[in-house]
Amino acid sequence: MKLELRNITKRFGTLVANDHISLTVEPGEIHCLLGENGAGKSTLMNVLYGLYQADEGEVLLDGVVQHFAGPGDAMAAGIGMVHQHFMLIPVFTVAENVMLGHEKTLSGGRLDLDAARDRVSEIAAQFGFHVDPDSVIEDLPVGVQQRVEIIKALSRDAKVLVFDEPTAVLTPQETDELMAIMRQLKESGAAIVFITHKLREVREVADRITVVRRGAVVGEAEPTSSDAELATMMVGRAVELTVHKDEPKISESVLEVTGLEVRDARGTVLVDDVSFTVRGGEVLVVAGVQGNGQTELAEALVGLQRHTSGSVTLDGTELLGLTVRQILDTGVGFVPEDRSTDGLVGTFTVAENLMLDRTSGPPFVKRGVLQLDALETFATGAVDDFDIRTQGITEPVGRLSGGNQQKVVLARELSKDLRLLVAAQPTRGVDVGSVEFIHKRIVATRDAGVPVVVVSTELDEASGLGDRILVMYRGRVVGIVPSTTPRDVLGLMMAGIPAKGTEAA
Amino acid sequence: MTGVDDQPLGGGGAAPQGDKATKATKATKATKHTKPAVDDGARWREAVRRVTSGGWAVSLGAIILAVLAGSVLIAVTDKGVQEASAYFFSRPGDMLGAIGSAVGNAYAALFRGAVWDFRADDFAGAIRPLTSSLNLATPLIGAGLGVALAFRAGLFNIGGRGQMLAASAAAGWIGFGLEMPWPIHMLVAMIAGVAAGAVWAGIAGLLKAVTGAHEVIVTIMLNYVAFYLLSYLLATPGLLQAPGSSNPKTPPMNKSAIMPDLLGPRYNLHLGFIFALLAVVFVWWLLSRSKLGFEFRAVGVNPAAARVAGIDVPRTTVFVMLIAGGLIGLAGVTQVLGTVTTGFSSDIDAGIGFDAITVALLGRSTPFGVLAAAILFGAFKAGGSVMQASQNVPIEIVLVVQSLIVLFIAAPPLVRAVFRLPQPEVRPARRRRVRRDPKAVTA
Repeated sequence: MKLELRNITKRFGTLVANDHISLTVEPGEIHCLLGENGAGKSTLMNVLYGLYQADEGEVLLDGVVQHFAGPGDAMAAGIGMVHQHFMLIPVFTVAENVMLGHEKTLSGGRLDLDAARDRVSEIAAQFGFHVDPDSVIEDLPVGVQQRVEIIKALSRDAKVLVFDEPTAVLTPQETDELMAIMRQLKESGAAIVFITHKLREVREVADRITVVRRGAVVGEAEPTSSDAELATMMVGRAVELTVHKDEPKISESVLEVTGLEVRDARGTVLVDDVSFTVRGGEVLVVAGVQGNGQTELAEALVGLQRHTSGSVTLDGTELLGLTVRQILDTGVGFVPEDRSTDGLVGTFTVAENLMLDRTSGPPFVKRGVLQLDALETFATGAVDDFDIRTQGITEPVGRLSGGNQQKVVLARELSKDLRLLVAAQPTRGVDVGSVEFIHKRIVATRDAGVPVVVVSTELDEASGLGDRILVMYRGRVVGIVPSTTPRDVLGLMMAGIPAKGTEAA
Repeated sequence: MTGVDDQPLGGGGAAPQGDKATKATKATKATKHTKPAVDDGARWREAVRRVTSGGWAVSLGAIILAVLAGSVLIAVTDKGVQEASAYFFSRPGDMLGAIGSAVGNAYAALFRGAVWDFRADDFAGAIRPLTSSLNLATPLIGAGLGVALAFRAGLFNIGGRGQMLAASAAAGWIGFGLEMPWPIHMLVAMIAGVAAGAVWAGIAGLLKAVTGAHEVIVTIMLNYVAFYLLSYLLATPGLLQAPGSSNPKTPPMNKSAIMPDLLGPRYNLHLGFIFALLAVVFVWWLLSRSKLGFEFRAVGVNPAAARVAGIDVPRTTVFVMLIAGGLIGLAGVTQVLGTVTTGFSSDIDAGIGFDAITVALLGRSTPFGVLAAAILFGAFKAGGSVMQASQNVPIEIVLVVQSLIVLFIAAPPLVRAVFRLPQPEVRPARRRRVRRDPKAVTA
């Protein structure tokens, strides 16, 4: 089936999220939609899927104009979507999830589970997946869960498949497997839209590439284009993709973590016997597939996890057991993973957010009273210093772009008298231009002699930013390796297979 | 499903001006802090857009709509209109005239009772209604502030009634039971009342902080506890009951504990109004200038970020409820020491604890907004009784209008549609963070 989007325009208030975007996807083609976060890719796909109504323009399937009032219509017309966050019910089996929404029933309203099982097996066999229709979703690995999503779409005879940032949660190996599946689907004649901002994947799998920036198509690119060319199109200017840093100059300060264990409220071990040392002047990247305990590890370092044991010492001072406030006040900077939930108060102004975790005393608070003049001076300086693109320090931070929001968090944390920096996913959801800037500032902090711990799921970031890489898998340390370790070795480590001779590193 | 990562530019809705500013700064970084070059017309349009898409326009629209709906009710319930409607098709003018005079007279009476008595002989008589509106607004200001402050910290304090009753009991007991010179007696009674309100709300805050019990349930239940406890105290000789009486009522307050009239005995406006105004200023200062208020607001909007920023969220919860209860306590105090000084019974709260929720909503939980809303509601109360007395319009109409205001405020899109106000910029719903279970990740 041939998919055509013609002059799609979608406005939110005064904001044009999609500005006359046109796109054609032929059957048997993987069409890559490349753009930064916030470029309007997902908005466009939500229009296609009937979640939003376009203000202008039309969607055509095989030359026929379609009117989708909701996802149901889109699915019926043959459009399937594999979302970044899976739309599966964790406690249902694969077969139950696949039949969900168009359940077939036998007499008396009994569910025809056998039919669903057969359908799952049939599709799985067709594409060479291995999926047990009776497995419960929550017991399955993420990569397999994604395949269930694909089966779900195919079971409804989807001829157009949209993959919305499908690789964010996958290991490099799982990503390769997904690419293979996408090629197979393409061979079978499906039209595939692949949304991503990862250049490597684009060049590997795409037949055609459309680049969007600020809601509009900026052009088509060849799959043979270099990373630098694609990045330039995405950002609109030349971008430095590699992190420049000198040899580490080790200082005296040191973060020592020994036998750290983190449990959740139910007692499940999330971080299991983790030990490492970070010296001042070096960056340790904690790598791993999302959800393997890295987040909890970072949170435990700043006192945000309740059930912990082991020891975390910064320059000899035990941090474990202190409150968040006490830890922050000893000079620990923390960039949380999810800035909009944990890092910022969206309705607060830029200035207010710049003092959010600094209410315990001067310069912003004296005897319980806010020092608004000091805050204004500081905020104005920080906006300049960190190149925060804002209308002014009184603008609500929620109106800033992701990259600028992250710069606010970074400005706040780095302007402290730092003795340790813990940054979880500092560049997630940040535009390529800001990534460059954020990396520079983190390297500058390292060069000032501060121990730096960065949590990252991106291999490129881990290798570029880190001096050493600690790989976690299921809450345990797989190994600590130099940042020059080859990609495929790191990939295997992220799947839990230790590299030879790295245990001692 | 809408991608957080793929929101429209500017993190979910930058103002048009913001876009211009961003573009300008992209071109020349040096001009970052200079205002974008926008012509005057555009600036005015932007200003108008801000005002009309802001919450205040909705509040005003809600009041207008509610008053219009009230007009319909007045017309429908009016005898003259009912009679004229019987022969509507032969002489429609009669009915329209009847509607006009019914509605006009009713609202004129409302105005006369609430703001300015144009039938009075002299100026002093003409402003009487205004002072009685302000008097009725006094407890609404304090209680409204208490509810609004809790709202700002993300808490629903439905316990205004209980907190007022606790405050009234404490202030009243000191007011009639002890002997002290004025103004010390009055101040001591006030402090006791405010403290009692604070403690009563603090119980809910503490339960929430320690056990996670939902404050809505706890405060509602504490309303009952306060009511029946007070009923018991009022019915028990030697406690709050007036000696020698079998009524569940306290003795009158001692003179030394009473808040003096502000404008002399002719008007019932008393010192409590000044205290209420001071409370407005205090809450404004607290929210915008103090560390504690900053933390309240942070916890109210985003408790997760507040926690990560080192703010002790449970402790903040307790403090918020203590202060909110104290403010509502002030409302109870002004009732027993200012308005009803002849002794009170267990209905002393007069529904103010619940009206306070309405007031806080209408005032959009800002201190000066609460002040304005409380005065409006005070005026409704004062004018409503005159309307009933002089025009035979049931006072319940006023209550319906008050309720409709809140109903309309709760449905801003409706108000915006009626008045063709611009919609505020759409913010795509934020996706909750998906914390994935590590056991689900295997290779």
